[in-house]
Amino acid sequence: MAETRYVKAITAALADSLASDSRVILFGEDVARPGGPFNATKGLLEQFGPDRVRDTPISEAAIVGAAVGAAMSGLKPVVEIMFMDFTTLAMDALVNQAAKARFMFGGQCSVPMVLRAPHGAGVNAGPQHSQCLEAWFAHIPGLKVVCPATPADAYGLLRSAIDDPDPVIYVEHKALYGTKGEMPEPCPLVPIGQARIARAGTDISIVTYGAMLHTCLGAAEKLAAEGVDAEVIDLRSLQPWDEAAVLASLSRTHRLLLVHEAVEAFGVGAEIAARMADAGFDELDAPIVRVGAPFMPVPFAKSLEAQYVPSEARILEAARRVLA
Amino acid sequence: MKAPASGPKAMATMAAEEPSEGLRKPAARKPNRTAKSNTSSVAKRPAELPKDALLDLYQTMLLVRRAEQRLSALFADGEIPGFIHLSIGQEAVAAGVCQALAAQDSIASTHRGHGHSLAKGVDLEAFFLEIMGKREGICGGRGGSMHVADMAVGMLGANGIVGAGLSLALGSALAHQLRRERRVVAAFFGDGAMAEGLLHECLNLAALWKLPLLFVCENNGWSEFSPTSRQFAGSLEGLAKTFGIPYRRVDGNDVEAVALAATAAVEVARGGGPQALECMTGRVRGHFEGDPQRYRDAEELAQLPKIDPIPRAAARLRALKVSAAALQELSEKVDRRIEAAVARGRQGTLPDFQEALADVYTRPSTSPRAGV
Ligand SMILES: Cc1ncc(C[n+]2csc(CCOP(=O)(O)OP(=O)(O)O)c2C)c(N)n1
Ligand SMILES: [Mg+2]
Repeated sequence: MAETRYVKAITAALADSLASDSRVILFGEDVARPGGPFNATKGLLEQFGPDRVRDTPISEAAIVGAAVGAAMSGLKPVVEIMFMDFTTLAMDALVNQAAKARFMFGGQCSVPMVLRAPHGAGVNAGPQHSQCLEAWFAHIPGLKVVCPATPADAYGLLRSAIDDPDPVIYVEHKALYGTKGEMPEPCPLVPIGQARIARAGTDISIVTYGAMLHTCLGAAEKLAAEGVDAEVIDLRSLQPWDEAAVLASLSRTHRLLLVHEAVEAFGVGAEIAARMADAGFDELDAPIVRVGAPFMPVPFAKSLEAQYVPSEARILEAARRVLA
Repeated sequence: MKAPASGPKAMATMAAEEPSEGLRKPAARKPNRTAKSNTSSVAKRPAELPKDALLDLYQTMLLVRRAEQRLSALFADGEIPGFIHLSIGQEAVAAGVCQALAAQDSIASTHRGHGHSLAKGVDLEAFFLEIMGKREGICGGRGGSMHVADMAVGMLGANGIVGAGLSLALGSALAHQLRRERRVVAAFFGDGAMAEGLLHECLNLAALWKLPLLFVCENNGWSEFSPTSRQFAGSLEGLAKTFGIPYRRVDGNDVEAVALAATAAVEVARGGGPQALECMTGRVRGHFEGDPQRYRDAEELAQLPKIDPIPRAAARLRALKVSAAALQELSEKVDRRIEAAVARGRQGTLPDFQEALADVYTRPSTSPRAGV
């Protein structure tokens, strides 16, 4: 077991996938020679050569469209979109092509591609470089969406995403790149669709994913000091999401709090809340509460951004409401 | 120019002598003052094809024409749901380009893709079954006319999104290049797609990466209800030149010209490096079946039968001493195949909803909610 940075875990997963499967190729803006805008692909060009690790021009639509075409033709492309905000330029390739090819061609082909995209605020990148758009993709039949919170999951989910026969949106959090965590050697694959109990508890289920996991764990410690034993569930996969794990947790605690950095309205939390209000109705002792970003673009100024991102204080306040 | 010996090599040599080849200026045009069709901007073509090759092309064009005429009737009778876009009058482009491709080469197509599919070898019965929405269709009845695809023959799909096939073709060409397969991909697109930014991205990437990709613009003068002149201020030739991509323009209603130019372009592309081919043609039917085309000049429409590629090819074949009886026999054979395919289409069963629902992902998803 060794401490590894989140970004290094991503690099390691890419390197191991490139080494173990000759169909895997990598392309995107500045991923080869420069080693990636966030250094996630550092050293891979040197290790695997320019055929398999290549820089592209600033052409998001063609990058992702080419990934779809290459995947339909037997490769396993992993493409990087520098900021998740820029997936807007590649929406057709993702939504109309990648997601539907398998279905609309009657199962003749699948589209084994991965799109890596960093999301999230916390680095004052402003309204067009900070959004959490994962719910859009989770809404599209045919796409899978994962969002790791720790180095071990970053590794394990990326390996699984690359192995997966269908298109996977792999969402990374920019603010997590530099964070450290334990990564076993060898690091196991994490199956897509499996949540993890990050902290076991009995009084309230806090369900979250991505960088918010760490904020929720902090809040859980504060609650513990108040005598409340919170369970924290890290979803890890958003599409498909682990309904059984959430329902099992709810059945233990009978109280549910959903937390994500993405805008609260129409978010991942809304879907989970709606499902639990149905499938988990008999288990609920309190209303389901959500904590997400307010309905506004991500602001730039440090002081504004700090208020925008859901804080430990907001989570605590919401938890107390659920527990009241 | 003399008739060639035979075979694709000879065809390529001839087309390479075409005046509009490469980045050179197109030959001086002799505009045809009477026919104001979209094809009148193309220089006369001196080259000729061997008889057997021309006969093959003729047969393909006839197959596409009769298939679409039948689709039109089936649509009018309510046997085909949705939208269909016909390529009647444009068959020479599909036939000529696909003849230049080898079986292992692939194509990406458009919403007006019936001709491309059939010319690339999609099974006729599976084609009709699909468009008639049947379970036995090539896509299980989930795609329909706008999404006919057949990976087994390298048909990467018709596409409901204007220009989208370009980037799929780009990726497919990248896959071929990386595997050193010497396969070529042809990306068909309409003149309307010239206004899409994706074309610009794909021309650039294909040129940067020297991909074995043939850009085929099927310029029928119209995008939906607007003429090209009101849609695009540039030219494909200009774009190609900008990216250093060799460009050819041909009379897209002259199947020999298309086949010769496509063969020459494919041969170069196979060695690496994109090529552009613009086929000037004309749309005969409405944008979709049921479109009364009130926005078009009666005069323009009246010119279209005069440049119909099928009688033109028939006349050439007659000149090459193919008997009228032989052409008649061929026509009857095509009709019989189509009637058999329609009959098969009618016998097809309806797709099963649960089966479709279970096929959104390759493996059943781990979420218990998946598929609900
Ligand atoms: C991205 C996109 N925009 C608009 C449309 C609607 N549409 C379908 S076909 C078409 C015209 C396309 O013209 P062209 O590319 O010349 O092809 P043609 O119909 O002439 O074969 C339009 C606007 C679409 N399908 N996709
Ligand atoms: Mg057109």
